[in-house]
Amino acid sequence: MISTHRIRPIIRKEFRQIVRDKRSLGVLLVVPAVMLILFGYALNYDVKHVPLAIYDQDNTTTSRELTEGFLHTEYFDKVASLTSDRQIDTMLIKQIARAVLVIPIHFERDLSANRSVSIQVIIDGSNATNATAAAGYLQAMAQDYSQKITLQALARHSSAQVELPIDFQPRIWYNPELTSPKFLVPGLVGFILMISTVISTSLSIVREREKGTLEQIIVSPIHPMELIIGKTVPYVAISLISTSLILLTGYILFDVVIRGSIVLLFLESLIFIFCGLGLGLWVSSVSDRQEAAFQLATLVSVLPTFMLSGFAFPIRNMPVFIQAITYINPARYFLWILRAIILRGAGLAVFWQETLFMIIFAAGIITISWNKMKKLF
Amino acid sequence: MLNPTSIEAKGLTKKFGNFTAVDGISFTVNSGEIFGFLGANGSGKSTTIRMLCGLLQSTSGTASVAGFDINTQPDDIKKNIGYMSQKFSLYDDLTCTENIRFWGGIYGLTDAKIEARLKWAIGIAGLEGRENTLPRDLPGGFKQRLALGCAMLHEPKVVFLDEPTGGVDPIMRRRFWDLIRQLAEQGTTIFVTTHYLDEAEYCNRVMLIHAGRIIAGGTPEELKTKSLKSPVYEVETDRVIDAMAALDEDKRIGETSVFGSFLHVSIAKEQDAKAVISEVLQKHGIAAKRIEPIVPSLEDVFIHLIDEQTKFAKEERA
Repeated sequence: MISTHRIRPIIRKEFRQIVRDKRSLGVLLVVPAVMLILFGYALNYDVKHVPLAIYDQDNTTTSRELTEGFLHTEYFDKVASLTSDRQIDTMLIKQIARAVLVIPIHFERDLSANRSVSIQVIIDGSNATNATAAAGYLQAMAQDYSQKITLQALARHSSAQVELPIDFQPRIWYNPELTSPKFLVPGLVGFILMISTVISTSLSIVREREKGTLEQIIVSPIHPMELIIGKTVPYVAISLISTSLILLTGYILFDVVIRGSIVLLFLESLIFIFCGLGLGLWVSSVSDRQEAAFQLATLVSVLPTFMLSGFAFPIRNMPVFIQAITYINPARYFLWILRAIILRGAGLAVFWQETLFMIIFAAGIITISWNKMKKLF
Repeated sequence: MLNPTSIEAKGLTKKFGNFTAVDGISFTVNSGEIFGFLGANGSGKSTTIRMLCGLLQSTSGTASVAGFDINTQPDDIKKNIGYMSQKFSLYDDLTCTENIRFWGGIYGLTDAKIEARLKWAIGIAGLEGRENTLPRDLPGGFKQRLALGCAMLHEPKVVFLDEPTGGVDPIMRRRFWDLIRQLAEQGTTIFVTTHYLDEAEYCNRVMLIHAGRIIAGGTPEELKTKSLKSPVYEVETDRVIDAMAALDEDKRIGETSVFGSFLHVSIAKEQDAKAVISEVLQKHGIAAKRIEPIVPSLEDVFIHLIDEQTKFAKEERA
């Protein structure tokens, strides 16, 4: 029967090997935090400090008031004041500016005469994401200004206090600054847990197979279950440490605060880790070389977790049949749960179905792999 | 305590689908005996070992190892045997001591027992003073003996050695066999496979398996003297390959095989062997420097036996 007496030496040996192999230890502990830092800063969908050139042909108090409004935010930095049309081209080609604001002559005069004026914004569209964001900001600010002028004009004509019929004031909850890291940290936890569990468990078993030590273990009285437990316990422990490091890094560098229950978060992570271990066991049951195992492990962990979980790309925008595939991807559910706990402070009542699915997935994949593994013994 | 019979197989058979890997083999191995199990790759050798180690159920027939049935008591067998293969299954990133402790733990030994056996294993491997080196920094011979030590920490009654000397230099191989002999003298049964036929001479008894069947067995001495009906002659010539081709064509000649720059030729007793051989060679214009009778080696015996078996199998089919 299963005896902890024989599992212990395996756990001890496995820990020793992990600690001694500085590279794999680094991969398990340091790389996740580094990835978070890289992704956190690099995978940033926010557009800030767009270099803006201003061609103010009017050069009046009113026109300056408008441009001040633009430059008062952190979205735009003024890089040049232009004096001729030709300079616009130069600015954009040399990429000194990404956007140019042109205020026509007679801007102040026309406004005071209650005539409508056009202002022009030229944006470098070579980076579509940035261009769209910048255009959005500029439009919002122009509207804001235009509203202000309208109100002032109305106030001048009637002595009564004027108010807009609809006062539109959007409030964004959970991530009010709409910063990417808050959205990314939960995704990264899932991504990194999946990679480290699948790759490291499969490699640790296939390595023993390749070296012949597995054969030696098989002839010993040890029960296969004891071996599997002994080999996975260290990786579960390390994955949990890794999770803590990611969350800590997220908190320190990106102010990602966990609003919900930390205990619940770790329990959900544990279930997800079992999904990863199951996949790792499956990989090691079908591959007998480390290279093959590594490739297969990368394929089954990185791709679904990165592409099909809603981590990097919104699932809503995918073609229907790919959306269907995401439903069997445990990472999809885990990411949803993590975001719910971390950003919204939600509890089990909200995501018990997702949790149940992960448990079913973990149990299923472990059973399948176990049956395949048994044949090796 | 000693049961005189350590391993006993009766009609042991293993089929994989339509393929019969092991075909009704029977044999006994006595306690404290060094038993050589010889055969080419694919002869059924590994399948037999896997069955005897309790890793594979037999299709029919039975076998007992250290008093336990391979099909019904595989767990008891695993507790009572040691196993070592040519891969010398050690962890290269754990020190010698850590390796020993690990394998001791796997076999469920108590800490006190492990400490005692640790000294013993380091001793037989000759690693005193190098307990904390990593196996990858040791020469093959040390690794091999350390692996053997690790496989015997639980003091098994029977030890299976599967090609234990692969990749080890000749001097280390000899030292390894000295160790094997010592262990056998202390009552451990050694069941060993090897493809170095000179090593088979160290065995008390050997058995040759071919195409899943046992085609010969006995002491090396018996095999050499009894199983060859025709005497063997050694022929020295500059054109070994041509000579072999020429002799093979002649019906009067038995088997031929190349041994370095010599040719071994077996030929029926009744004839004047020297005359026949030199006649055939002369006909092909090949000069023989020397033709003389020799005591056949085990290799000659096995080549003869396998040849005979193959011919027999062909006739049977026809």
